[in-house]
Amino acid sequence: MVAAHHRTAHRILALVSVTATLPALAGCGGVSFADTESKTFTTLGYGMDDALASDRVDTARTALKGLHLQVNEGQFDEQQFLSAVAAGDPPDAVHMDRTLIGGYAARGALVPLTDCIKKEHIDLGAFNRTALTEGSLDGTVYALPDSYNSRLLLIDDKVVKQNGMRESDVRTDDWHALRTLAERLKKTDGAKLTRIGFDPKIPEFFPLWAKANGADLVSADGRTAHLNDPKVVQALTYAVGLINAQGGWGRFKSLRDSFDQFGAKNQFATDQIGAMPMEDWYVDVLADSSPDVRLATGVFKDRRGKALNWTSGFGWAIPRGTRHLARACTFIKTMTATSTWVHAARTKAQEVRDAGHAYTGDVTGNLQADRIIEHEIWKPTGNPAFDRASRTLFDISREGFAVPSNAAGTEFKNAWQNAVNRVLSGEQSPRQALDQAQKVAQSALDIANEGR
Amino acid sequence: MTNTTAPRAVAATAAGKRRVRRETWAAYGFLSPWVIGFLVFTAGPMIASLVLSFTDYDGIGTTHSVGTANYRQLFDDPSVAKALMNTLVFTALRVPLQMALALVLAMLLMKAGRASGVFRTLFYLPVMTPPVAVGILFLLLFNGNVGLINEVLGWVGITGPSWTTDASWVKPGLVLTSLWSVGSTVIIYFAALRNVPRELYEAAELDGVGRWNRFRHVTVPQISGTLFFTLIVNTIASLQTFTEAYTAFFGSANSQTYSNDAALFYVVYLFQQAFQYLHMGYASAMAWLLFLVIVAITLVQTKVSKRFVYYEGEER
Repeated sequence: MVAAHHRTAHRILALVSVTATLPALAGCGGVSFADTESKTFTTLGYGMDDALASDRVDTARTALKGLHLQVNEGQFDEQQFLSAVAAGDPPDAVHMDRTLIGGYAARGALVPLTDCIKKEHIDLGAFNRTALTEGSLDGTVYALPDSYNSRLLLIDDKVVKQNGMRESDVRTDDWHALRTLAERLKKTDGAKLTRIGFDPKIPEFFPLWAKANGADLVSADGRTAHLNDPKVVQALTYAVGLINAQGGWGRFKSLRDSFDQFGAKNQFATDQIGAMPMEDWYVDVLADSSPDVRLATGVFKDRRGKALNWTSGFGWAIPRGTRHLARACTFIKTMTATSTWVHAARTKAQEVRDAGHAYTGDVTGNLQADRIIEHEIWKPTGNPAFDRASRTLFDISREGFAVPSNAAGTEFKNAWQNAVNRVLSGEQSPRQALDQAQKVAQSALDIANEGR
Repeated sequence: MTNTTAPRAVAATAAGKRRVRRETWAAYGFLSPWVIGFLVFTAGPMIASLVLSFTDYDGIGTTHSVGTANYRQLFDDPSVAKALMNTLVFTALRVPLQMALALVLAMLLMKAGRASGVFRTLFYLPVMTPPVAVGILFLLLFNGNVGLINEVLGWVGITGPSWTTDASWVKPGLVLTSLWSVGSTVIIYFAALRNVPRELYEAAELDGVGRWNRFRHVTVPQISGTLFFTLIVNTIASLQTFTEAYTAFFGSANSQTYSNDAALFYVVYLFQQAFQYLHMGYASAMAWLLFLVIVAITLVQTKVSKRFVYYEGEER
């Protein structure tokens, strides 16, 4: 009898344990963005990391007179956003990576800005065309550009010179020479890789390598994936080969993970890297954390020798269901207006200089603001390395390409990133991985574009 | 006499009934928080997810019925098979290792005497670490170049693998990391070991039974009910593993860029489908598949346990 009781108790316990699996089925809770009085204007995905960000919020707060502006700081959180939209309680404005815009726009989660642009007389010509297109879908604008990141080559001049080379030898248009350079600049200590010669920055920079080889990952209309295009396969084969020539992905990634990227002992300060393509914001980091580093900068070129700048960034969009549609339009217009950017850049430059650091300039995606920042706010600092970096940045940012906006958003991005990772970890060949990615990406695009 | 007793008996019976009724309502009252919680937060969402699994719900737009398409897609999607296999391998590696280590530690605790309280606390403390921190810890400790694990292996002349990048080593690395929170199981085993009657050991010792055989024929049968309980609970937890792998490989834009298919566990993929790709209907179907897998495994374990689990007072 007692035994039977025990058995029953244990079975009940087991069943309760099984029931405990149910939270996995239940999804997660939402977040409320609007107060009951609806006097609060809320944003999601925006961080006030520096004066360029916080000063613009101050300007926007004035423009939103009568409303309390609540900036929910932090990176854009897809789960939080989706929960809020599904619950009919979205934020009033959302700041997200422009590569995500197409996916949310296709599902009707974002308001087309056509009326907003008309009513607020927003001059789209003021924005960088590439950035604006990245925040659009099928020709309709869904996000106003709020940043503009360029990619340039960052070179550790000391490492290059120590190995009997010059910074002009770091050329991405000659793939054979680049591989030789990478092998020459790399350093090992027994089985350990202690310096990366040249970091191709894949998976994240893979679109740059594909473009350098003359291919796009998706058609210009964003409807047809080109992931297994022979030129894309060739680009991946080369970039992975570059890593394998320096000891393989395991050692390469382990060293990369150990970099003190934002500290004084970063990979350039400690000569742990020869050269790499990188987003422009990192010049700012280096200027702050290690102003004495022997940095050289260059332009990433395609195989025909043409300068190539892969650009990306964030955008301001208005979620469907916002309680302050008209004010949201005012808000995103104000945040991205030339005068707002210029005022914020002046404030930031002043703060940076007051702190004894070099102001390396900003590129915003607003062409008028960018011109004023370049010619009026930025001034040579006297540090030739960073002055040249700023000059290079201003020059390359005039032109650029972006991965065409598409309705599959994150799913498309994950398809090619996962393919690159499968090749890097040795699970698949470039051809196999990209064939699989093409299937996944095209299926995602077809589903997302259904009925469009 | 009879005439006076009968009304009293009736009154007593009525009072008894009232008491029983009161107690019954009180019992329902005490149960109600759990029952309401279960209905609202578990059963309700379960039914909702079952309904959604037959739709193309994306959390935003209009929802349409798609019949069994989501369930059929489960068999066509290579990532489902991959994620399920990763999860099963992880579970098969983690559960026995965790149980064995916990049992060893619990037996050592038994020998610790008065110091056992301190050690119990020490073993349990890591359980308090947030799983997100454990995910980050994994990346730091198991870094192939500068991680502590490979550093220690290097002292004895072993070149450690690339734990965080090599597809063959990612799961073993995560399994080892998960042992960080072995403390809960240790405490459960410790309690069970303390309940094993001392006289059984004394009798065995008098009969000349050695240490290993005492463990095998006295300890294990006596705590087999507890072992079975932890087997089920740890299996379910492993099949639902999410946070550590998600934090290390998928949690941020940066980690997601370097995601590794070897760490794509089932619930991680389910989460991606639901919240990143907005395929809520498909994710609901995935959740039900996982539920069925867990029920099946638990039933098998329960069936098999009849041969191995001994309950006190049971006659065999």
